[in-house]
Amino acid sequence: MKFSWISLAALIAATGAASAEEVRVYNWSDYIDESLLSKFEEETGVDLIYDVFDSNEVLETKMLAGGSGYDIVVPTGTFLERQISAGVFQPLDYDKLPNAGNLWDVIRDRTAKYDPENQYSVNYMWGTTGLGVNVGKVKEVLGEDAPIDSLDLVFKPENMEKLASCGVMFLDAPTEMIPAALKYIGEDPDSKDPDVIAKTEEVLMGVRPYVSKFHSSEYINALANGDICVAFGWSGDILQARDRAAEADNGVEIAYNPPKEGALMWFDQMAIPADAPNPEAAYKFLNFIMDAQNMATASNYVYYANGNKASQDLLNEDVIGDPAIYPSEATMENLYSVTAYDPKVQRVVTRLWTKIKSGT
Amino acid sequence: MNLRRVTLIALPYLWLLGFFLVPFLIVLKIALSDTAVAIPPYTPTLDLSGGWAAIRDFFGQLDFENFTWLTEDELYWKSYLSSVRIAAISTFITLLVGYPIAYAMAQSPDEWRPTLMMLVILPFWTSFLIRVYAWIGILSNEGFLNQFLLWTGLIDTPLTIMNTTTAVYVGIVYTYLPFMILPIYAALEKLDGSLIEAAEDLGCSRLSAFWLVTLPLSRPGVIAGCFLVFIPALGEFVIPSLLGGSQTLMIGKVLWEEFFSNRDWPVASAVAVVLLLLLIIPIVLFQKNQQRQQEAEQ
Repeated sequence: MKFSWISLAALIAATGAASAEEVRVYNWSDYIDESLLSKFEEETGVDLIYDVFDSNEVLETKMLAGGSGYDIVVPTGTFLERQISAGVFQPLDYDKLPNAGNLWDVIRDRTAKYDPENQYSVNYMWGTTGLGVNVGKVKEVLGEDAPIDSLDLVFKPENMEKLASCGVMFLDAPTEMIPAALKYIGEDPDSKDPDVIAKTEEVLMGVRPYVSKFHSSEYINALANGDICVAFGWSGDILQARDRAAEADNGVEIAYNPPKEGALMWFDQMAIPADAPNPEAAYKFLNFIMDAQNMATASNYVYYANGNKASQDLLNEDVIGDPAIYPSEATMENLYSVTAYDPKVQRVVTRLWTKIKSGT
Repeated sequence: MNLRRVTLIALPYLWLLGFFLVPFLIVLKIALSDTAVAIPPYTPTLDLSGGWAAIRDFFGQLDFENFTWLTEDELYWKSYLSSVRIAAISTFITLLVGYPIAYAMAQSPDEWRPTLMMLVILPFWTSFLIRVYAWIGILSNEGFLNQFLLWTGLIDTPLTIMNTTTAVYVGIVYTYLPFMILPIYAALEKLDGSLIEAAEDLGCSRLSAFWLVTLPLSRPGVIAGCFLVFIPALGEFVIPSLLGGSQTLMIGKVLWEEFFSNRDWPVASAVAVVLLLLLIIPIVLFQKNQQRQQEAEQ
């Protein structure tokens, strides 16, 4: 009996000691080149525990519950904004981030909308929300002049009725889909007016019967396998689906198009929770990821643009040269971004979304 | 001796207190609170250092607003009803599939039984999540089932099963089948074979002997099995979210939305409290009824 108590105490002491050399990162699924994870461990000697999520809501709930145990988390700008006001994060000490000089001021200006002066976060990746299309199948169903770069493709019932036969998935993210529907009907996508938001119900309800699933990560595989022919999803995810299909050589050809009516631009920001068990190790990880070569490796793998100016020289041509990833100046102007909803409007949005998803 | 008795009785009560009553009271407390942008995302939180005044103030801030809210939106009762329907239908199908399996196991030769038992339990050795994921591979449009049916020529366009309520039924029946088989098997195994012989000697056909003797005697197993399937199926979240489509309305999913999308822990807790009451009240009534029947029989 005595022996087991001693060993238990030793075990607790051991885990306590181990946590000093440990960093826990909570990032989006399919969002890093995994070779970077082992590279970080080799370079710094810090144990890396890497967990993934596929929705901001899940992350935010963990953050608001407190004591998540993570040292680095990666919320999207709108969510970050609200979490900062809830006191979730600690301000960054840029002195501990010697690679901060690599950051891209264009993106930092844009993210300051959510995090004034970028006091709490640095940009990891950014991208747009748009249309993933299985070109062959869509043209087979809708004809050669199918509107594959327009919101008409997914918000016009006539088109969706035909596309239903080959399968359509929408993101299960009301904070992205409702702004898109607002854009489609010519309203301000960042509207916080419940009456304006309510106008999207007609558009979304009209196409809902033809959506096979609302989900925020399954569409990558489903597009690549040919299970669906259209996905309304995140740029890099769709480009990953394009590559998986090309690798599998299954005759599926995927294209990503930001809608010509305007596409939502979003920013995923790395931040350190206020109650992070090991902020020192978190800085090591942040600085590692802000290294130009490492960031380029990550972007080359996930097909998302990053907020790191210095990494741009090291990006593959099919990343930096692809206007779907790094849009031209002109396209950039056509991108819009949105801000956080307050709790009352959030409830209206969620309720509308539930109604759209379930019909009730 | 007395002390030992008290300890023996106290243990299960302590268990219930620690793992049922206390968590329930915490959930109930959150259900009576209001949302806030903070950690944790509700208010008030109890601060004992403030003394009595703080405690009185704390209770003063609690109200039943969230429960009223549940009655104002049709989403909630529709989801409860839909969950009850899905759970009831799946329980019925599980019973239809599970009873013959349990019966066959009980009828099989003694030396086979441990192996058969093993086969029923074996799937539990794999993670539940992986088994549900496997069904995605089987049921999807390009999945094994559709490929097989296309190959046999029975169908010429793939069946859409994935992301429908049918897939949810398949998932629930598959997952909970052992919970139905095991209690029924336990009841049937204990069954005295001479009772059947007696019934047959007295002129019963095999079918009516089964109907008049075996079935009533296996009733406790059937009831236990139905409870074991119905209760978890009612609050099921994983199966409908992985296999079901957007039109599959279940209270587990509504709870998730409240908790994660709205960040409204108080309303989510109110939904959970109502779900618990909806489960407990019929079960208590049923138990009372059973007890009365048993007493009457004795």
